[in-house]
Amino acid sequence: MSMDDLKRDLSQNLDTAFPRLVEHMSNRLFWGLRRMTGDPQYAEDLSQETLIKVYKALVEYHPQRIRELKLEPWMWTIALNLGRNHLRDRSRRPTIVAEKRDIATLDGDVSDDAAWQDRLDRLPTAQRRAVVLKHVVGLSIAEIAEVTERPEGTCKADIHRGLRKLKEIMEAEDDH
Amino acid sequence: MTIEEKLAQLMGDAIPDRMSESIALGTGLADGYDIYPSAVGDVVVTFNPEGVSSLTLSTDGFETYFEDRFGRPLIRAEAPRAWGAMIPGRIEAGSPGKLPVDLRSVTEFQSKVLLSAARIPRGEVRPYGWLARQVGNEKAARAVGSTMARNPIPLIIPCHRVVRSDGHIGAYSLGGPEQKWQLLTHEGAAPGILEELAAAHVRVQGNTSTGIYCLPTCRAIRRSKSENVVGFRSSEAAMDKGFRSCKLCQPA
Repeated sequence: MSMDDLKRDLSQNLDTAFPRLVEHMSNRLFWGLRRMTGDPQYAEDLSQETLIKVYKALVEYHPQRIRELKLEPWMWTIALNLGRNHLRDRSRRPTIVAEKRDIATLDGDVSDDAAWQDRLDRLPTAQRRAVVLKHVVGLSIAEIAEVTERPEGTCKADIHRGLRKLKEIMEAEDDH
Repeated sequence: MTIEEKLAQLMGDAIPDRMSESIALGTGLADGYDIYPSAVGDVVVTFNPEGVSSLTLSTDGFETYFEDRFGRPLIRAEAPRAWGAMIPGRIEAGSPGKLPVDLRSVTEFQSKVLLSAARIPRGEVRPYGWLARQVGNEKAARAVGSTMARNPIPLIIPCHRVVRSDGHIGAYSLGGPEQKWQLLTHEGAAPGILEELAAAHVRVQGNTSTGIYCLPTCRAIRRSKSENVVGFRSSEAAMDKGFRSCKLCQPA
C-alpha cells in the first residue's frame, strides 16, 4: 500500500481510511519520539496527540490538499510543534526526570536497547533530533530541514556531529 | 555493523497497548462508554469529544446495538475530564443542564424536539401535541412521538416526561411502560393519578379561585386547594367557562 493510495483514500473517505494511517504512522511516530525524548510515556502521549491533531486537520482540508500533502514530513512537523508547545507549557515549572524504559522496549536484547537510548540521550537535543529523523525514522535532509524549520546545511552538520559524538561515546565505552 | 545501520534498527515495531484505542477516542472515530447507576438500574452511557452520545440499559449486546445504530465502535473508557463528573447528577436530575450532548445521530427537527423535551421540569409531564406546538408545528405530534422513541439519550433527555395526547402514560424506549411508570413515580409525577384522569377524559384542570387552567402535573395546579380544582376534557372547554391558560405549563 503506497502513500499515494493512502492519501487518495484519506481524501475520499477520511473516517474509514484514517485507522490505516494510524496503523502505518503510530509506530514510526512513537519510536522516533521515544528515541528523541528518551521518555516512553511522553513519546506515547505526544504520538497520540499528534495523530488526533492530524485527524482534526484532515477533516478541514479539501481533498485536493490531502492528496498533495507530503504526509510523513507534515506529520512530523505537527509532532515537533506539539512537543515544543508542550515544553513551553512545562518551561515555567520544575519537572522530574522521567523514569525511562519501563514500557515497550525493543524485542530481543533489552540491555542493548537501553545502551543505545543512553548514548542518544547524551547528544545535544538538536543533534539527537536530526540523527533520529535521518537514521531511525529515515527522512531525507530536505524533509528534516522542513520539519525542524532549520536550513539543510545546519541539519547536515547536526547529523554529522551527532554521529561523530556517538562514535566517540562508543569508543570511550570500549576503553573501559 | 556501522552506527547508521544500528540506528536504523532502533525503530521498533510494537506500540504501547491501547494507544490506537486512545487515538480512536480522541478523534471521535470510536465512542467511550462507562456504566452508571440510575432509578431504573445500571445504564451504559457513551461519550465522545462532542458530548454524551447515548444511554441504554446495561444489558447484553449493548455494544452491537451501539455500533449498528451509530456506526462507531465502543471502547470502555473514562468520560472526558472537562464534564464527565457531571454525568451521574444529570442522570438523576433528568436534564442535560451544562452537560454537552451529541445529537448528530438525529435530524435537525428531532434535535429541536429533544432539546425542548429537555426543558420539561422534573415531576411534570407534557403531551406529544404540546411538544409539537413548542417546536412550532402543531400537526407534528406523530413525528414528536417517533422522535421520543428514537431519543438516543433517555433519562438525561427526559422523554419519560412526554405522554400521550389522551393523557395516558404511553410507551417508553428505555425498557417499557413499567420503567416509565417507575421513573415518573421516582420523580413525584404520580402516574396512577395521571392514568385515572386520562380514563376520566380529563386533559386540563382549572382553579376556580384564580380562573387559570393547567395541565394536570403543572406545579401551579398542584399547589391549588383540591376543592377549587375542576377538570375539563379540553382547553376549549376550559376557555368556554372563562378560564385562561397557565403561563407556566402553557396548555394551549
